[in-house]
Amino acid sequence: MNNIIDVLESVLAKYALVTGFVVIGVTIWVSYVLSDRLTKGRLHGSAIAIFIGLVLAYCGGIATGGSKGISDIKALAGVGIMGGAMLRDLAIVATAFGVRMDEFRKTGLSGILSLFAGVIISFIVGATIAYAFGYRDAVSITTIGGGAATFMVGPVTGSAIGASSEVIALSVATGLVKSILVMTLTPFLAKYIGLDNPRSALIFGGLMGTNSGVAGGLAATDPKLVPYGAMTATFYTGLGCLLGPSVIFIAIRALF
Amino acid sequence: MKGKPIHYMAIYGTALLSLCLLIGIFVGKLLGILIGVNTNVGGVGIAMILLIFLSERLQKSGRLEPPSERGIIFWSAIYIPIVVAMAASQNVLAAIKGGPLALVAGTASVLVCFALVPLISRIGETSSTPDSEL
Repeated sequence: MNNIIDVLESVLAKYALVTGFVVIGVTIWVSYVLSDRLTKGRLHGSAIAIFIGLVLAYCGGIATGGSKGISDIKALAGVGIMGGAMLRDLAIVATAFGVRMDEFRKTGLSGILSLFAGVIISFIVGATIAYAFGYRDAVSITTIGGGAATFMVGPVTGSAIGASSEVIALSVATGLVKSILVMTLTPFLAKYIGLDNPRSALIFGGLMGTNSGVAGGLAATDPKLVPYGAMTATFYTGLGCLLGPSVIFIAIRALF
Repeated sequence: MKGKPIHYMAIYGTALLSLCLLIGIFVGKLLGILIGVNTNVGGVGIAMILLIFLSERLQKSGRLEPPSERGIIFWSAIYIPIVVAMAASQNVLAAIKGGPLALVAGTASVLVCFALVPLISRIGETSSTPDSEL
């Protein structure tokens, strides 16, 4: 009997990506059944699927102690390949197919404005909270502020200005909280913030900036909006990494 | 369509899509090095613009035909499942274990940014109205 389980595990691990397709296919199917039966379709199936994904990631983290959610379980490593940066970026770019160039041009200015506003305001909010929690040195405050931008901006900023590894870990955690909240809250808050057209989706992507959060949040709200939000969000981390250790750090250091 | 490999023309679309992504990421990395941040800046965005531009061109000249387009449409259709897989591979445990500071800072920045979406939408609208009236 043990032998059969070993063989099964080795097959699943060897055909990792194929296993991933099955696991995610079943997850999506279950989500749409739940959406139909429990919420009569009011809560979008994709929102439920993303939530189940996050719960699975939590369980995976508990089970293995690793950092890659469910895909740290050997037989399920393919979920990580399927949801990794390579295929994710390929699929995001594919969503732009059929979008017209003019729609991007029309929102050019507010897109750029939202990017700068998003980065700077996230830094300010993160820095304020860090201050409220008792941090008084500019390096830690800036690094945690970076985490409130994205979980990439935090560590990039932190290592550039010499933050302690504890503070860097905290900034990564802050960024993760942000990305998960954007994924789960967006479908619920969309109608209150007028997130139902390409313009506001572009602005949304620029303000939020977290690639995974924006990708998941918009997918669960209205898949047609994905290319617009993803377009601006993709510039956010770069801008944050540029401003964080330079202009923003200097500004914060002047204050403390 | 005579003489064309209709059954496997989907690869043309997928190849075009992949090429756009590779160029985009490459340019994004160069851009990152140029401005001195060690990360790719806007690679996906550049790839998207490239795909929109090239596919519009190729469609107009009749060189991107529906059988080839299927190779792009499949990846766009598999997008949400990929996002679910991405969600399942996040470090959710670390986010929760980050403690109250991480939770408060993350939540606050999300809520403030949500509140700003309608605000910036309005600013952009007023400045773009004259353009659309021209």
